[in-house]
Amino acid sequence: MNLLLSALAWLVDPAQWVAGSQSPLPIQDRLVEHLAYTAVAVLIAAAIALPLGFYIGHTGRGRGFVIGFTGAMRALPTLGLLFFLLMVFGYVLSFDTAPLVGATIAFVILAIPSMLAGAYSGLESVDRTTIDAARANGMTEWQILTQVEIPLGLPLIVGGIRAAVLQVVATVTIASYAGLGGLGRIITSGIGLNDYDLILGGALLVTALALLLDGLLALAQRATATKGLTDRSTAQHRAPHRSSRPPTRENA
Amino acid sequence: MRWALSNLDLIGQLTLNHVRLAVIPIIASFVLSIPLGWLANRNAVLRAVVITGGSLLFTIPSLPLFVILPLVIPTRVLDETNLVVALCIYGVAVMARSAADALASVEGPTLDASTAIGFSPAARFFRVELPLAGPVLLAGIRVVSVSTIALVSVGVIIGSSNLGYLFQNGKQRGILAEVVVGILVSLLLALVFDLVLVGLGKLAMPWAAPTGTHRHRSAVGTGTTPVAASGGAVAGAGPVDAGPRRGDGAR
Repeated sequence: MNLLLSALAWLVDPAQWVAGSQSPLPIQDRLVEHLAYTAVAVLIAAAIALPLGFYIGHTGRGRGFVIGFTGAMRALPTLGLLFFLLMVFGYVLSFDTAPLVGATIAFVILAIPSMLAGAYSGLESVDRTTIDAARANGMTEWQILTQVEIPLGLPLIVGGIRAAVLQVVATVTIASYAGLGGLGRIITSGIGLNDYDLILGGALLVTALALLLDGLLALAQRATATKGLTDRSTAQHRAPHRSSRPPTRENA
Repeated sequence: MRWALSNLDLIGQLTLNHVRLAVIPIIASFVLSIPLGWLANRNAVLRAVVITGGSLLFTIPSLPLFVILPLVIPTRVLDETNLVVALCIYGVAVMARSAADALASVEGPTLDASTAIGFSPAARFFRVELPLAGPVLLAGIRVVSVSTIALVSVGVIIGSSNLGYLFQNGKQRGILAEVVVGILVSLLLALVFDLVLVGLGKLAMPWAAPTGTHRHRSAVGTGTTPVAASGGAVAGAGPVDAGPRRGDGAR
């Protein structure tokens, strides 16, 4: 408890927030870095994964690819991928741009699988009869995609983005170990200096950031659910209900 | 590859240690998740505690969790126990939900029938419910296995000796081959574990559908699907939306 109080005291001490102080401080700079890396990587990954996922979900082509790809990516060690890319780009780029480019590409690679799966399964979750009805009404394929499938699949699509954001927030933390900025820098500095206030303070900051982003995106997920369809469209309810079990709402 | 050949001893030792660090959380999460999954299916409150609690724990990034644990358990910061306990937490967080889904996937009439022919509640659970939940449990533990092996290497930051050492050492000394070997051995290990689990599944559930069945309706869940780990090998297990919405376990 003392350790926790001491770390909390460290966190709220204005001295850690003074602009221009020596790295890993001030905290707000590391926070902004962390968010900036995350935002850039997630945006790039979204630009790649969402259209691809929509294509696969709409046409049904490449379904096996998504399943195999997301599975295989899960086996990839984050730290290894990160260091590999940092080194490879270290050979071809200058000293100051290489870590940024290498790490960003690693973040993007790690963010793609969950967004791809989210986009694909979001479209897949839409009832076939709804799509057939839209087609029978004379909608073009593009209209079906943008006005029927994406709006109905949105909770799962946002769910994929949510998973990707958390993945990147976690990986950015580790990337500090390889010399990148971000909140993880506070933890690794603490490990180097054997200063538990720094270690725990940094860890609490990252955890708070992750929980906050997760909560916000969970709200977005709920807000994007189509009214009246929520029980079917969100696939969280695919677990079969049984009469002998109380009806449950996962993620409630 | 010359690097790998001249460092086989180091690689072998790190691999063994990696296996040791990964096996404990995988077994622990399987064993612990079954009672938790059972509890989660009892009532809505318990379900919220198990499922929501699990997904919140899963939200904590790995490095912070490693270093927060010394507050909760009596360890030093740079202690391998933190790594093992953190991996158990992640494993249980994913697996408890899989187990809840697995147990819920057993059809009501089947259970009613087994009660009717005289199974006591305990016998019904162990001899009917658990075996029938097997395929979904297997799918869940395969996800846990793959992501645990990938995650172990992050432990090198808190001083654990495993394949992650090859990443760290390779980066520091500028030996790209060492990092590549680390990645390849880690992937290979994940594959071997997966094959072992599938093999164990076949031994334990000889009745289960052979691979490649198409009973699955919607395989890919919200970024996390047990099926995804396998390329659909256990897809016959049916629709499971296991795991917190975190994509890939590897953080």
